[in-house]
Amino acid sequence: MRSFPDGRSAEEQPRWRQDFPIDWSQDQYVSRRDLLAFLVVVSGGFSIGQLWIGWNSWRRKNDAFPRKALEGAAELQVGESLLFTYPDESERCLLVRTAPDNFVAFSQKCTHLACAVVPEPETNRFHCPCHSGYFDMQTGRPLAGPPRRPLPRIELDIEGERVYAVGVSLEHA
Amino acid sequence: MKGSISHKQRLVIVDGMLCFVALLVVLQLWLFTATMESYLGGDQAIVWPAALVSLACLGLNAGLLYYLRKLDRSYEASDS
Repeated sequence: MRSFPDGRSAEEQPRWRQDFPIDWSQDQYVSRRDLLAFLVVVSGGFSIGQLWIGWNSWRRKNDAFPRKALEGAAELQVGESLLFTYPDESERCLLVRTAPDNFVAFSQKCTHLACAVVPEPETNRFHCPCHSGYFDMQTGRPLAGPPRRPLPRIELDIEGERVYAVGVSLEHA
Repeated sequence: MKGSISHKQRLVIVDGMLCFVALLVVLQLWLFTATMESYLGGDQAIVWPAALVSLACLGLNAGLLYYLRKLDRSYEASDS
C-alpha cells in the first residue's frame, strides 16, 4: 500500500503527485540505508587516513638524513643567519649564530600556512610576516600569532669551525 | 498489518544504527584531526593507538551495516 505525506488516498492527491507518485515511507526507508552505507564509506576513509599517518610516521622514523656541511657558517657573526636547504633542495632552512659557540637551525617554513619566517635576533625570535606569528629562536616554540606547532628543528653537529646538518626533528627542544 | 509493524520496527532499528554510526564517524573525525595535529607537532606516540581505535570503529560500523543487510534479507525472505 502506497502512503502519501498528507495521509490522503491516491485518488485525492493532486495531479502532479498522481503523475509522479513516490512512496514516501519506502523512499525514507531506502535513504536511511544509503546514508548508513555512505557513513561506513566515510568511516573507512578516516581509517585509511589514520593508517596513512601511521605509515608516514614509520617512514620518517626509518629515514636516514644526509650529513650536509653548511658552508659559510664559520663566518657568521653572533645574531647573523644563513639560509640553506635541507634535507633536499626544496626545504629552506635558517641557521642562526646565537652565541660565539652556539648555533641553532630551523625550517624556514611557518607551521601555520608555510610562509617564510625571518629571524629577529634583537628579540630572539623568528617572525612570520604573513600573519604576525612569532617563534622562539632557541627552541622554535610558537610564541604568538596563529601558529600552534613549533618550527621543525634541524639537528646540527659542530666540529670545531665546521657545522653540519644531520637530521630534522619535529619535537620540542 | 503485521508487515507494517515490522517495517516500523525496522525503521527504529535503522534510525538507532544511523545515530550510532554517525556518532562513531564524528569520533573518527575528531581522532583523525587530533592525530594529524600531534603528528605534525612531533608527537608520534599516539599515531598507532589512534589508528587501531579508528579501525575498531570501522569494524563496528561495517558490522552494523552487515547486520542490517542480513536483517533485511531475512525479512524479505519471510515476506515472500
